[in-house]
Amino acid sequence: MPRRIVLGIRGVGHRVIESVWRLGRASRFFMLMLLKSGISLRRFHLIIREIYFTGVLSLIIIVVSGLFVGMVLGLQGYETLQKYGSESAVGTLVALSLVRELGPVVAALLFASRAGSAITAEIGLMKATEQLAAMEMMAVDPIARVVAPRFWAGVISMPFLAAMFSAVGIFGGYLVTVVLIGVDEGSFWSQMQNAVDFRYDIVNGVIKTCVFGVAVTAIAVFEGYDAPPTAEGVSGATTRTVVTSSLAILGLDFVLTAFMFRGMS
Amino acid sequence: MTSETLVEINDLNFSYDKRAILKGINMTMPRGKVIAIMGGSGCGKTTLLRLIGGAVAPSSGYVKIAGQVVHELSRDELFQMRRKMSMLFQFGALFTDLSVFDNVAFQMREHTNLPEAVIRDLVLMKLHAVGLRGAHKLMPAELSGGMARRVALARSIALDPLLIMYDEPFTGLDPISLSVIGNLIRRLTDALGMTSIVVTHDVQESLKIVDYVYFISEGVIAAHGTPEEVRDSVAPFVHQFVHGEEDGPVPFHYPANSYASDLRLGGSFA
Repeated sequence: MPRRIVLGIRGVGHRVIESVWRLGRASRFFMLMLLKSGISLRRFHLIIREIYFTGVLSLIIIVVSGLFVGMVLGLQGYETLQKYGSESAVGTLVALSLVRELGPVVAALLFASRAGSAITAEIGLMKATEQLAAMEMMAVDPIARVVAPRFWAGVISMPFLAAMFSAVGIFGGYLVTVVLIGVDEGSFWSQMQNAVDFRYDIVNGVIKTCVFGVAVTAIAVFEGYDAPPTAEGVSGATTRTVVTSSLAILGLDFVLTAFMFRGMS
Repeated sequence: MTSETLVEINDLNFSYDKRAILKGINMTMPRGKVIAIMGGSGCGKTTLLRLIGGAVAPSSGYVKIAGQVVHELSRDELFQMRRKMSMLFQFGALFTDLSVFDNVAFQMREHTNLPEAVIRDLVLMKLHAVGLRGAHKLMPAELSGGMARRVALARSIALDPLLIMYDEPFTGLDPISLSVIGNLIRRLTDALGMTSIVVTHDVQESLKIVDYVYFISEGVIAAHGTPEEVRDSVAPFVHQFVHGEEDGPVPFHYPANSYASDLRLGGSFA
């Protein structure tokens, strides 16, 4: 029995040390990537190519999800607000929920599962098929040539995707409440205009999306680069990307919200 | 082996996790020759290539290329040196997101400021040398194994290197592709005056094209010589390897307890 306890403690210790090591490797990798970003920022066409794969190709899922989320918000908001006779405030509700929270968070979650997983799988497979080793042997640094352009493409795409998500979501809310249910169009838009503040709501939302973009893409590229070069290794890394970045998004969202909207009426 | 030496390996030792992989390797590789390094799977051949390419550092001893000790170079110096050498990976390692043309052009675009028109001509010349000029628009996924290996070969000669290392270039090829690759290695080495190091266990194909052979077994050089010397060798390991015999110095059975005791026959039948 004591032997089992010792083994158990040893196992826990082993896992803790392993996690700390991994965290250290991730931080070192992140710093290296930033240091080597100069080359890819100078050769911007490398980033543009990746923006197409991570950003443009994610547009469909972002637009469709945004539309549905906005329509649901419109329905639920109307349902509740009409009990108090203030259904014209539904535009405010839809806009504020999207711009402050749902836009950045849901777009980032979708981005993690659509683009983050693809980035991890691609880099992991490049490693498994020795493409990264081949690049090293050609005196080309894979962190500068493969990793950094994907990272910056993700960071640049994320705010635009979230903005698109919110805009389409608001349109979805408009479709359901104004066009279908018949809420007054003038008050829908004017209440929204009055309630949504550029500095507090929109800028804070954009800051959130930038933070999420950095977190999701950094996790995705690290997991891909660190993946064991086998089929299970790459599949495990892809799963970890989605799980870790989803948790990171939700955790960071709480922290950012606490800082941004503390004490606001 | 009298011409100028390009690669010199001196008393090279390499251990991984306290397990000795290579023990006291000495080799000299002259310019303009094709050298084969042979040995069974897991004998340390690929590790030796990684040591020559500077991907790992030796535990002791050194690899010298054109007078420079590889593991003492800084990362920038190592990258400078790697521009003069190339490696052909086992399955080609072509960049799957780039076309055949862009794969071959990759190093030219990364390391030179040549105008695109010049790069185009150079790439087509390299592809012509491996017989695949007509395939320049294809993607790697559309190539057969042998074609992919030839494109990788064209990519590895893109900047006219002094040294090319081939990691198992014959694995998984049909007989035609196999002799095409073998002849290309020989012809390109002679035409470009470079040095080729071929790590392989394909004895028959490689003996046709190489100038000198090293056999590695259990981390040491078991034998070396010209192809004729190797074919006629009576050394037990070389004989077993060249003729593909099942049993010999390399045993068929993995080390184990006695067969009878493993089957628990000792007590009941005695």
